[in-house]
Amino acid sequence: MTTALEIASAVRDPELPVLTLADLGVLREVSEEDGRVVVTITPTYSGCPAIDEMGADLRRTLISAGFSEVEVRLSLSPAWTTDWISREGRSKLAAAGIAPPARVGPSAAGPVPLNLVPPSRQVACPQCGSLNTSEISRFGSTACKALRRCHACSEPFEHVKEI
Amino acid sequence: MSFDNAYESLLGHEDAHWAFGTGFSEALSGVNREFPTGVDRDALAAYCLMVGDDALILSQRLSEWCSRAPELEEDIALANIALDLLGQARMLLTRAGEVLGRDEDALAYLRDEREFRNVHLAEIDCGPGPGGDFATTIARLLVFSSWRLALFSCLRGSADPVLAAVAEKGLKELAYHRDHAAQWTVRLGDGTDESHRRMQAGLERVWPFVDELFARHRVEAALTGVAVDPASLRSEVDGVLDAVLSAAGLTRPADRRAARVAGMAGRDGVHTEAMGFLLAEMQHLHRSLPGAVW
Ligand SMILES: [Zn+2]
Repeated sequence: MTTALEIASAVRDPELPVLTLADLGVLREVSEEDGRVVVTITPTYSGCPAIDEMGADLRRTLISAGFSEVEVRLSLSPAWTTDWISREGRSKLAAAGIAPPARVGPSAAGPVPLNLVPPSRQVACPQCGSLNTSEISRFGSTACKALRRCHACSEPFEHVKEI
Repeated sequence: MSFDNAYESLLGHEDAHWAFGTGFSEALSGVNREFPTGVDRDALAAYCLMVGDDALILSQRLSEWCSRAPELEEDIALANIALDLLGQARMLLTRAGEVLGRDEDALAYLRDEREFRNVHLAEIDCGPGPGGDFATTIARLLVFSSWRLALFSCLRGSADPVLAAVAEKGLKELAYHRDHAAQWTVRLGDGTDESHRRMQAGLERVWPFVDELFARHRVEAALTGVAVDPASLRSEVDGVLDAVLSAAGLTRPADRRAARVAGMAGRDGVHTEAMGFLLAEMQHLHRSLPGAVW
């Protein structure tokens, strides 16, 4: 028998459909209580417009798999970080031409550092692998992506920015 | 379900499918929302409105740039920043609404001007209207995001679990907003004579509204351990602004304070002339066609 966790883990992200919600790290918990499934998800960004779509997809998928009662809960804390994107998720992003985020680690205590120039991150071009790339815009087609260009192959590409 | 085409997933026939606007569930569904013991709930609601309205109103202002920014990337950047702020506003208005018995939509669309609690800095026209230009908008964003980032940094320790969670999440977003504004400030301030002149003029335009950000309101005073005393943020924010202005070759404007009405300002529901026009645009659809969705 397939468990609710296995079914929920296979549901895809509406904005990055190469990833499952589990790959993206927004699926926080799936529990079964008396035939009722409780799924907890967390938004990537406060204004993430896809969060309701994620909830609806989870509910629909679980109900069509035979679970009669499904509750989707939202969790805000701890806040989502790109470090929660799984290793498999990172490979899938790269294969889809989207540069995965670097690891950021736990945020340090004290004031948030101010960056007067874009931080010089070594982001490899997903097309040709060159590290000779630069940021075009910190804000891309969705909240979680920045736009970069590769100076070796001249192609633009998206980068899931670290948060 | 196939996701070969990402847009297919938007074309379902269930109510829960959205295309920005319909079927949104409550912003805080499932979040721990217990009220801390001993907290003055009316004051908590008023405080959530203050911090939520700041975000809601600036979000509305930033959205005005969509399709009018100097370059396509900037249309997208300002819209993304607006969206982050809107998300923060939704959670805070929902929190306030739990005490007030109104939902986020009622609070956003059905309150009158005197009921909004945002600071004037969020509401003034800094462009694309006649009140400013892109540089003025960047000047406002620099001041606003530096201040809000310092505020959220402290709010993470709030005794209210919702405020603490919203702050923890929003802090990372605000760090991106502040960097964006700071990098543009340097680029314009340290650019051509014309960009420098405009950036300096933008700072002069917003500076009279800075003082209000750090004035402690009685609601904040009534919420020890829950709210942050904004006066305590001043030196940190000044330090950030000075670092940016110095890197940009810009001059910190002389301290001037915008006029108040009988000592009252945005936190008391007393707004500038711009606010009525802003609300008319933001609210008219919902008021003309109550409950409209698309
Ligand atoms: Zn390349």
